[in-house]
Amino acid sequence: MDFLGINPVLLIASLMVSATPILLAAIGETVVEKSGVLNLGVEGMMIVGAVVGFITAVNTENPAIGFVTAAIAGALLSTIFATLVLHLKSNQVATGLGLTLVGLGISALLGKPYEGIKSPTLQSLDIPILADIPIFGRMLFSHDAMVYVSILIVGLVWYTLKYTRAGLVLRAVGENHDAAHALGYKVIRIRFLAIMFGGACSGLGGAYISLVRVPQWTEGMTAGAGWIALAIVVFASWKPWRTLIGAYLFGGITVLQLNLQAAGVAIPVEYLSMSPFLITIAVLVIISARGNQGAPASLGRPFHASN
Amino acid sequence: MKLKSILTSAIAAVALGTAAIAADIKVGFVYVGPVGDGGWTYEHDQGRKAVVEAFGDRVETIYQENVPEGADSERVMTQMALQGADLIFTTSFGYMDPTINVAKKFPNVKFEHATGYKRADNVSTYSARFYEGRAVQGHIAGKMTKTNKIGYIGSFPIPEVIRGINSAYIHAKKVNPDVEFNIVWAYTWFDPAKEADAANALIEQGCDVVLQHTDSTAPQAAAEKAGNVITFGQASDMAEFGPLPRVSSIIDDWGPYYVARTQAVLDGTWTSMDTWDGIGPGMVKIGEISSAVPADIKAEAEALRDALGSGEYHAFTGPLNKQDGTPWLAAGETADDGTLAGMNFYVEGLTGTIPQ
Repeated sequence: MDFLGINPVLLIASLMVSATPILLAAIGETVVEKSGVLNLGVEGMMIVGAVVGFITAVNTENPAIGFVTAAIAGALLSTIFATLVLHLKSNQVATGLGLTLVGLGISALLGKPYEGIKSPTLQSLDIPILADIPIFGRMLFSHDAMVYVSILIVGLVWYTLKYTRAGLVLRAVGENHDAAHALGYKVIRIRFLAIMFGGACSGLGGAYISLVRVPQWTEGMTAGAGWIALAIVVFASWKPWRTLIGAYLFGGITVLQLNLQAAGVAIPVEYLSMSPFLITIAVLVIISARGNQGAPASLGRPFHASN
Repeated sequence: MKLKSILTSAIAAVALGTAAIAADIKVGFVYVGPVGDGGWTYEHDQGRKAVVEAFGDRVETIYQENVPEGADSERVMTQMALQGADLIFTTSFGYMDPTINVAKKFPNVKFEHATGYKRADNVSTYSARFYEGRAVQGHIAGKMTKTNKIGYIGSFPIPEVIRGINSAYIHAKKVNPDVEFNIVWAYTWFDPAKEADAANALIEQGCDVVLQHTDSTAPQAAAEKAGNVITFGQASDMAEFGPLPRVSSIIDDWGPYYVARTQAVLDGTWTSMDTWDGIGPGMVKIGEISSAVPADIKAEAEALRDALGSGEYHAFTGPLNKQDGTPWLAAGETADDGTLAGMNFYVEGLTGTIPQ
């Protein structure tokens, strides 16, 4: 069953865990960008979610409450961005970068008393019947609830964007905000809500790192996951299911290269370490070679009703 | 109203002025991770706090966290020098060339670079003989492992890390000839999620001891979750993970050195030098060996620690061969500091190659 000394069942099981934080953040950002706003503050919202989720989980001894408050914290932080960008017309790129810095700072401040404390973590579900299936049970059906929640969110976003009126309106706002405004849609309000959804998803992703994947609080612990999530949105051409593929591919290669090293496979480590990035670049090249990448036409453009 | 605000700002200016006069010197610290990493940077910041405590108002300290190795660190050091720092500690290997570059531009500022080997008239280097602590870890690891597989999370393939791997391996092998080392290079000093993944990969491979040369406590948490795996605190005690998985630790104690060097600048006696201290002078400490380690192994480990500290035993004592089988040290011969400082080879028995 082993391949190059690596058990593929354990590999896939651990890649799903390792990819979940970036998947959550990426699917949230997909919705934000579909509404025509570029929020580069994903990293900041993730880390605030990580610290707030950790603090509440430790104090309530309930990781589920931790995740809920992490989502709320991420959404609240994103309202600062939304207000600045939508109401005060500040530059989206600069404001997003600022949000990341603010988030890193706030989280360091809040997290100081919580360093070195252990948190209650989510138990794996071991779904009855399904978890007993040989191979696939261990691989796919014995994770913690958040892994399935993240996939569910991807499914919901896909369905909403593709089949519902709300999704159609959101996409219209992202493609051409002037036309959407002329049709009577509340561009600002829709974008505000999309940004809050993105913040909540980033918060969940951050909390997954501090409550499940690591599980502890360390300053700066997201260590760039938010930037990878932003890249995955582009990688996925703003399509929900492709974000899932992108996140699992990236998470998978990261885990695979560490496993190959641990198994002592004689491939130079430099190649293994750069492989996640090489493959990401390769896929981006292939996608862009096919032309239309599906970027929302109004992405990053400020909107004012007077235009 | 206007007069009042002018007066207030005048008072503020005077207050600021006196504050600046009050401190005799300003000491800067450049950190590679956050001060709350619980490991490497945490201990350097404890050293900074020791300086504050020792000198009070006579010395002002400034620090910058999360400074990437490379060009960005040059900017940070330059900024500190321009702010009037008299002494700057740069606390990661990757700051070596930037420190030298910035030191050239500010000949009157003293620099202290940790773990490097390039010096100048105003650049000292200092490091700790972590490998002595690794020897103690290797001994405990070799005795405690049941699967005979020991995992090692390396950061970057630099001499400091390679020395640690060799030292741990030599002493594990000495007490357990069947022991094998699985080494994973994380290519980061600090990335809790990646460190956790690396620890998990090693544990999935059957390692029941995980040694780390990265700075966060994430591998400890991963080992705790997996159960039946032991770990060692890195750079800091990490006692919160004891008695299991953390069974002991290497603690870096920079405080006395930082105080001494600050004193030297105050006295005007500072000169460029190279300091490399181990268990003996107290720069490396072995954290409490926990109750999870049987008493006889604990006693042996402590005896090894004391022998290393007193200098009667050297962690690299022959006969030792290099990985390819060529002789390195004859029986009873000990390694010289020059070879250790530039160590770029594995000792015989380790598998895999060092990334170049």
